[in-house]
Formats: sequence, structure tokens, C-alpha cells
Amino acid sequence: MRNGLIKALEEEGAKNKNLWLVVGDLGFSVIEKFEKSYPDQFLNTGPAEQNMTGIAAGLAATGKTVFTYSIANFPIMRCLEQIRNDVCYHNLDVKIVAVGAGFQYGALASSHHGTEDIGVLRTMPNMTIVAPGDRIESELATRALIYRPGPAYLRISTEEAPIHKKIPKFEIGKAITIRLGKDITLISTGSMLKTAVDVAELLKAKKIDAGVISMHTVKPLDEKAILAAAKNTSAIATLEEHQIYGGLGSAVSEVLAEQAPKKVPYFRFGITDSFAKKIGSRDFLRKEFGLDAHSIAARLSSALRRRA
Amino acid sequence: MKRTAAKKDYGQIANKLRMDAIMMIHKAPAAHVASNLSPADIIAVLYEDILNVDPKKPDDPDRDRFLMSKGHATSIIWAVLAHKGFISHERLYGYYKDNGLGGHVTKLNTPGVELSTGSLGHALPFACGVALAGKRAKKNYRVFVMLSDGELDEGSNWEAILFAQHFKLDNLTIIIDYNKIQSLARVEDTINLEPLAKKFEAFNWATKEIDGHNHEEILKTLESVPFQKDRPSCIIAHTVKGKGVKFMEDSVGWHYWNTKDEQIPEIIKELGLKNYKF
Repeated sequence: MRNGLIKALEEEGAKNKNLWLVVGDLGFSVIEKFEKSYPDQFLNTGPAEQNMTGIAAGLAATGKTVFTYSIANFPIMRCLEQIRNDVCYHNLDVKIVAVGAGFQYGALASSHHGTEDIGVLRTMPNMTIVAPGDRIESELATRALIYRPGPAYLRISTEEAPIHKKIPKFEIGKAITIRLGKDITLISTGSMLKTAVDVAELLKAKKIDAGVISMHTVKPLDEKAILAAAKNTSAIATLEEHQIYGGLGSAVSEVLAEQAPKKVPYFRFGITDSFAKKIGSRDFLRKEFGLDAHSIAARLSSALRRRA
Repeated sequence: MKRTAAKKDYGQIANKLRMDAIMMIHKAPAAHVASNLSPADIIAVLYEDILNVDPKKPDDPDRDRFLMSKGHATSIIWAVLAHKGFISHERLYGYYKDNGLGGHVTKLNTPGVELSTGSLGHALPFACGVALAGKRAKKNYRVFVMLSDGELDEGSNWEAILFAQHFKLDNLTIIIDYNKIQSLARVEDTINLEPLAKKFEAFNWATKEIDGHNHEEILKTLESVPFQKDRPSCIIAHTVKGKGVKFMEDSVGWHYWNTKDEQIPEIIKELGLKNYKF
């Protein structure tokens, strides 16, 4: 996904001299070409995220579109007040990029797990939150954000394998339907898209017809897509590599609770209000929290069978 | 901006701003009155003869920028913005009131405000961004930031202080309103800043110490920025918290207390303001 981001930034940066990339001393083997090609649009602030975000706001106040770049929580929590007061309150054109959200940096341990970011940033007025499902969505999202003024958060991972077989139509705030299914709709955000597709396959083998939606934009949320899923399928599940409080699952449940004409069986998959209690890879930690495809498929098939 | 030929009575202008600030806080009622008085002389000189700003073109991309990082010193900012015609004098009556002017520097229908502040340690990083953009675009505008002494406890300032020297932001000047008192006690008894000038020199800022109430010295110093090419400028202005009103001077309590009605006429008299009307 990083490659999709940087490709879009390099191509758009050539055309738009007001497009800046500001990094917090991270991005080895990713940002070099941008830095070399557009030195006047590049800045490394060192690992000083409060300063990085304040500078980005100052640059944006002079008419720039500024992408700040770091990993995990660093560009979000370390400088949350700069995001709130400087960027969001002044509604400035600053896009915060966090690479490695969720458990991507698994064995680097809890300091490098970005698992509360969406919940924290969802509360910020003016903020757009995008978590692309694969490399293709990441490139499309980056381009879309460049042309959408105002604060935004782009949550990506380093996985580069595409899920989409062809280039989808991409619009901020409009979910992408990957497949339709009548028994349950799996709504995923970020790189849980791959897991969602795998779950759908596993469920198919158990004669459960599952649809998959890539909810790449968590804010503003595509409420229509959620309500359509509630109407057209018998159940809904949300999949996110994030705490279950405050993230996609919470956002979708707000829509269902307030707007769905009838109660829909609803399952949230996320991190269950806990830090990782063991050290391990992303896949290992996902399993620990039941976020791998097999665990999700098993929980859903038994729950749906009980209801049937 | 070129210095005007006739020497201005900065003292009179500063005291008028002081009185407007006191009246706003008195009527609100609100706090931080003494924090508004220590920077008044510097604010008066800045807006009279240093800043290239125009109330008719508050968003001119080539304007100088002034950012009040100590956002609790708000009423002095509203006073000077009204004095220079950025906002109407009538709006000062709405300070702290419903639908009125903010109790911290707030960019809400207030031309002349560059950044809403109030939480400490925010303006300098922002100013670095504005200054860097100006440098790279080869623009001539300058960026001035006023910080409080207690505010230097915020780490974000030191991130920006490191950054500004590395990027040779000689279009950036900070003015420290060094009134020696922070929220709960004297600076030296809270988190001692000394030796402060040496700190800035060690951080590679061209640094000068001035009497923050001596108008001639303030003017001469502000006119000479940048002190050195390729280095940001730091002015450590030694000031007195509550300056101008004897019973408020150099007191921790007047960060919080408010004036009584009967004290107003004596303050007007002490500030030497004839025929003052708020």
C-alpha cells in the first residue's frame, strides 16, 4: 500500500508544486525518489511529531497540501492536540499518513501497534478517515485525498498484493462492493479486506453465502451501503484490525441502531479491549484475537447456524 | 514597514491598549489580566511600526505574520486589532460574552488572527511552517511569535527551536515575554529557565536581551531583525507582569484576580489616560 501512496504522490507532485511530503524521520526506501525529484516539496522534521504536525499546519496555511508521514501511532497520538487545534480546528489541508496500522509491526511490540487511531480520530470535526483495503485502493485514495481539501487520515500497511482484480471506481465516502451474498455481509476496513475475502470463501464451503464490502472510508461513513446490506442480507459483520471500541464496528453499529428498520444480527470483529499480551508477528497476533480468516469463519458459521 | 518620521508616543498607545484589555477583562469578568499587561509595550511597537499588515488585506499572502503563542493574553490582542482597524471597537464589548470575542486568541470571524491558540506550545511549530514556505517561495514576509516564559516548559517549542536553526529560518523571530511569573509561582521556583539567553545561543539562534518596556529599545531591536543572516532571531524581553498598574505588578495572584469597579478610575489615572472611554 505504501507503493500505491508514493506512486500517487510522485505523479501528483510533479504536476502540483503545492503538494508537500513531510516525514518524521521515517520512510526508508519509500520516500527517497520524492525527496530527490521535488526537494522543495519535501521536508524531514526528525522524529518530532508535534513539530511535524504544527509545521504541516503552517505550510497548509500558506496554501500547500501537506502529507505528513510516519508509522503506527507516532503521527497521531504523539501530536493529537496539534491535529485537533492546529489542523482540524483551522480546517487545514493536512493529510496524516500512518504506515503499519493495526498489528503490522507485530513483533516490534505494543509501542508500534496502531490499534486505537481510528477511534481517536473519528471524534475530530472536519476529519476524513480512509483505510484502503489494498495497494490499488491506496493509490486511488491518495489521489482522491489530494483533490479533497481539508484534514484527513490515511491508514495504510506495507502489504502490496492487490485484492481488486481490476481498477474499481473509487470515491471517498463510498464503499466498494467486492462480492454480493445473501446470508451475511462482511464489512471490512483497511487490510482486513484480504481476510474478509478469505472468510467469504471459507463460508461458501459451508454453504453460507457471504458478501464483502471494502469500507475504505470510515468517516464520512457510507451509511447507504450499510443500510442496503442490512436490508438485503440476513446478517452483518465488521472486520477491523483495531480496538472494537470506537472504530469501524462502533461506527456501523451507530448507523444500524439508529437507522435500520429492523434488527439485524450483527457481529463485530476487532481487538477486544486489550493490548497484545504476547510477542509475535501480525498473523500470530491476529490469531490471538480471533481475527484470522479461520477463526472469523468458524465463529460466524456457528452463530449463523444457531440462528437458522 | 518603514519607521515613521515623527516619533510616536508608544507609551500612550500601549497604555490605551492596556486599559482596553483591563476593561474587557473587568467587564467579562475573566482572568489573566496581568499576562496582558507585560507584553503591551512590545505589541504596541510591533503593530505601529514593525508589522507589514493591512486591515484592508488581512489575507495578503505577502503580509508579515504575528502569532500570539501565549493565547491567554487575548484581550491585548483584541485591543490592538481594534486599534488598527482589523475589528471594530464595539466588538471589544463582546469579549468573553455569548457570540462575542474569545477568551483565548481565536480565529473565528476575527481578521488579523493567524492562529487560534490557548494551549501552550502550538504557535512556534506552525510559524516554522509558514516561515519555511516563505523562504522556499523566496517571499519577503517575516514571522513573529510571542511566547511566554512559562510556556517554554512545553517540549514542542524546543522541537521547533531545533528545527528553525537547522533550516536557517532568518525570517522567523520569537519574542519571549519574560515576566518571570508563570501560572502558579515564579518561574525560577517552578522550572528555572536560566541561563536562558545562553540556551538560545547554544541552539544557534541570534539572541538579544532587551527591556520589554523601553519603547526605543524595542523598536531598535525589532527593526534590526534578522540579527544575523541564516539564523532565526530570539528577543528575550525582560518584562514585569502586570506592568503599568502598581498593585498588579510582579504578582502571581493577578493571573487570576479581577478588578473592582472602584479600582478602574485609579487605574485610568495611573496609566496617564486623559478622557479615556472604553
